[in-house]
Amino acid sequence: MSANDPSGSRKPPIKVGLFVTCLVDLFRPSVGFAAIKLLESAGCVVEVPEAQTCCGQPAFNSGDRRSARSIARGFLDAFEGCDYVVAPSGSCAAMLSRHLPKLFDDDPALQHRARHLAARSHELTSFLVDILGFSGISARFAGAVAYHDSCSGLRDLGVKSQPRSMLSKVEGLELKELQEAETCCGFGGTFCVKYPDISNAMADKKLSDIESSGVSTVLAGDLGCLLNMAGKASREGSSIEFRHVAEILAGDGSRPAIGRTR
Amino acid sequence: MAHAPTSHAFPENARAALDDPILQRALGNLKRGFPVKRAEVVADLPEFELLRDVARDIKNHTLAHLDAYLEIYEANVVKSGGHVHWARNAEEACETVMAICREAGAKTVTKGKSMVAEEIGLNAYLDDRGIDRVETDLGEYIIQLRDEPPSHIIVPAVHVTKEQIGETFRAAHDGLDPRRGLSESRDITDEARGQLREKYFAAEVGITGANFLIAESGSSVIVTNEGNGDLTQTLAKVHIVVASLEKMIPTMEDALAVLRLLARSSTGQEFSVYTTVSNGPRRSEDLDGPDAYHVVLVDNGRTAMLGTENQDMLRCIRCAACMNHCPVYGAVGGHAYGWVYPGPMGAVLTPSLIGVEGSAHLPHASTFCGRCEQVCPMKIPLTKMMRHYRERSYQNGHGGSIARNALGLWSYFASRPRLYAPMARIASWMLRCLSRDRGVLRWLPFATAWTRYRDFPTPQGGTFMSAYRRGDLE
Repeated sequence: MSANDPSGSRKPPIKVGLFVTCLVDLFRPSVGFAAIKLLESAGCVVEVPEAQTCCGQPAFNSGDRRSARSIARGFLDAFEGCDYVVAPSGSCAAMLSRHLPKLFDDDPALQHRARHLAARSHELTSFLVDILGFSGISARFAGAVAYHDSCSGLRDLGVKSQPRSMLSKVEGLELKELQEAETCCGFGGTFCVKYPDISNAMADKKLSDIESSGVSTVLAGDLGCLLNMAGKASREGSSIEFRHVAEILAGDGSRPAIGRTR
Repeated sequence: MAHAPTSHAFPENARAALDDPILQRALGNLKRGFPVKRAEVVADLPEFELLRDVARDIKNHTLAHLDAYLEIYEANVVKSGGHVHWARNAEEACETVMAICREAGAKTVTKGKSMVAEEIGLNAYLDDRGIDRVETDLGEYIIQLRDEPPSHIIVPAVHVTKEQIGETFRAAHDGLDPRRGLSESRDITDEARGQLREKYFAAEVGITGANFLIAESGSSVIVTNEGNGDLTQTLAKVHIVVASLEKMIPTMEDALAVLRLLARSSTGQEFSVYTTVSNGPRRSEDLDGPDAYHVVLVDNGRTAMLGTENQDMLRCIRCAACMNHCPVYGAVGGHAYGWVYPGPMGAVLTPSLIGVEGSAHLPHASTFCGRCEQVCPMKIPLTKMMRHYRERSYQNGHGGSIARNALGLWSYFASRPRLYAPMARIASWMLRCLSRDRGVLRWLPFATAWTRYRDFPTPQGGTFMSAYRRGDLE
C-alpha cells in the first residue's frame, strides 16, 4: 500500500482533478480509467470535472493565442478547487504548468489563477512518484518493453526516472532502453500533418531504433506520440505493440494495443 | 554566384533532401559524431551548467550596454592603429570591404570561414568585381569549388562525401595526377593545403570573421581547427575583420568563459585547436602581421532586434549545437532551410534578418521537442521564439486555409464543453464505423497528410467522459 494510505494518515485525502486529455478522451478511454485506478490506489480522491475539453496546446503552438486563451479560460473554471491537476500526458501537463500563465499577461486576476493552477499541475507518473512517493500497485505484464521519452515530459518536466522506477516493479516485465529513447518520434502536434514528409522520416528512424532494440512493446506517457508510432508501425507491418504506460502500471495490459483489435 | 534565399520553399527543399541518399548518409554521420562527443566533454566538466548561466549573463549584460561597449571597442582598435568601419546593412558592408581591397590593389583575397560574410553576400560581391577570392577553411574551399552555399555553420560541406570532394578537386585543380589517390581525409587535406599555400602568400588582403570582439582591448578572436585563420590574417598585407555587432564582449576574461562552452558545445572538443587573437596592424617589434588592420562592424538587422522579443537570439555564438541535435535538421540538412543559417537557430534568426514573409515555414518546421534549448550553451529560448513567430504569422493570416479552418473549428468546440462532449462521441463513433473495427484506417479524408505514411489508429469506442459518466469503471 501507499505511503499516503489515507487510513494511516490524519490529513484529509488529496483531491486530484484528473485532466483526461482530449486524445485519451477520444481515442483511448482505458488510459483515463488506468490513471484513476493508480491515483485512487495512492490514496487520492479523484474528480473528473465534466467541463474539461483540451489544454489549448494545439492552438497555442500554432500561434493562435486568442483561441488558446479562450480554451485555457474554460480550463481554469473547470479545475477550480482541486488540490492538484494530474494528466496522463507530459505535453498537456507542461502546457498547464509552464505555459498557461503566459496566456494571461494582460489580466492579473486570471494570471493569478493560472499561476496557481500551473503550480498544482503534474504529469501522472511524476505526480505518483515525486509528489506522493507512491511505488505502484501489483501489476503483471509479460515481455520485453521499452519506454519512449516523450519530449515535453522529458525536457519541460523532467519525467525520466519516474515511469521507469514504477515499471521496474511490474512483474514479468523486462525493461530495455532504446538507443535513442530521447529522440523525438516526429509527432509534434500539428507538425506531423504540416510537414508529413519530415515527420515520416523521423517516425521511420524511431521505428528502426525500436525494431533493433528487440522489444515487443513500446510504452510512453503521451498518446500523441503513441498514435504516431503505432500508426507508422501498423503501416510498415511491424508486430511491435504500443501502449500507454498508465495501462501497464494499472495492470491493464491485456486489452488490445493501440490500433489493434485483438 | 549569389545564392538567393529559398526558405519560402522549405517543404519542397525538404522533400528533395529526404530523397537524396548521399545527403542522408552524410547526415547520419553527423548525428553519430558531434552529439556523442559533446555529451562526453560536457560530462567531464562539472561546472558546465553553471558556465551556461555565466555566459548568458555576460551576453545579456553586453547587449544591454552594447552602444557603450562598441564605442570602447572602436576607441581601442584606433589606439592600436586599426580602422573601424560601421556598416548599417549588407550593401554598405560589402562596399566597405571592396573599397579596402581596391585601396590595397588586391587581386587575390584569402578568406577564413565567416557566416556573416555569407549573410551579407560578400563572396559573390567580390567575385563579381574580379577579385580572386580563395576560401581557406577546407569546407568552405570545397563548397566554393562546387559553387554551393554552406549547409552547416561549423562544417559547411557536411553534405559532401569524400568521393565527391575527390571529384571536385580533380575537376578544379589543373595538373592533378589522375593516379593520385583522393579517397582518404589525409589525401584531401594534403591536396587542399598544397593549393592554398601559395595563395596565402599571393594574397594582398586576408578576410576573417570573428568569434569575439573584445571591448577592453580592441581585440578580435577567432577559433579554427585548421590554422587557416592565422595564415589568412598574418600573411596578407591587409587584414579585414568582418563581424556583426553582437560579437562584442567586455573583457578577455568574459571571452574565455564563453570559449569554455563554445568548442564543447560545437564539435565536442574541450577547446578548438587554434584560438587566435588579433590586435591591429604589425608593430615594429612584431615578427609578422599585416600592415593595415580594418574591422567592418555589420549591423544588418541586429539593432532592430535589440529591445524586442528577438533580442535573446543575439546571444548566439554560432556553435551549431542546436542543429547538431535537431531531429528536423538531422532529417533534411541545412540547404532545405534555404538561407545561411539552418536548424533551430536559423528558424529564429532567418525571419529576424530577412523577414518572416519569405521564411514563414521555418519557425513552424519544429516539433518543439526542445533538444535545441537543452544543449544551447547560451540558453536561448528557441522554441519560445519560434512560437512567437508562429503567432505573428497567424495574425498576418499566413498558413494554409485548411489548417487554419480545422484549428478554428477545433478551438470553437474546445471552448464549449457542452458542445464538445457530444461532438467527441460522434467523432469516435464515426471513426470506428469507417474502420469497420479493424483498429486502424488506411485512409482518412481531411487527414491524408497523416495517412499518406501512417495508418490512423481508431478509437477504442465511446469517449472517456461518457463512459465515466455512466460509471463503467473497468
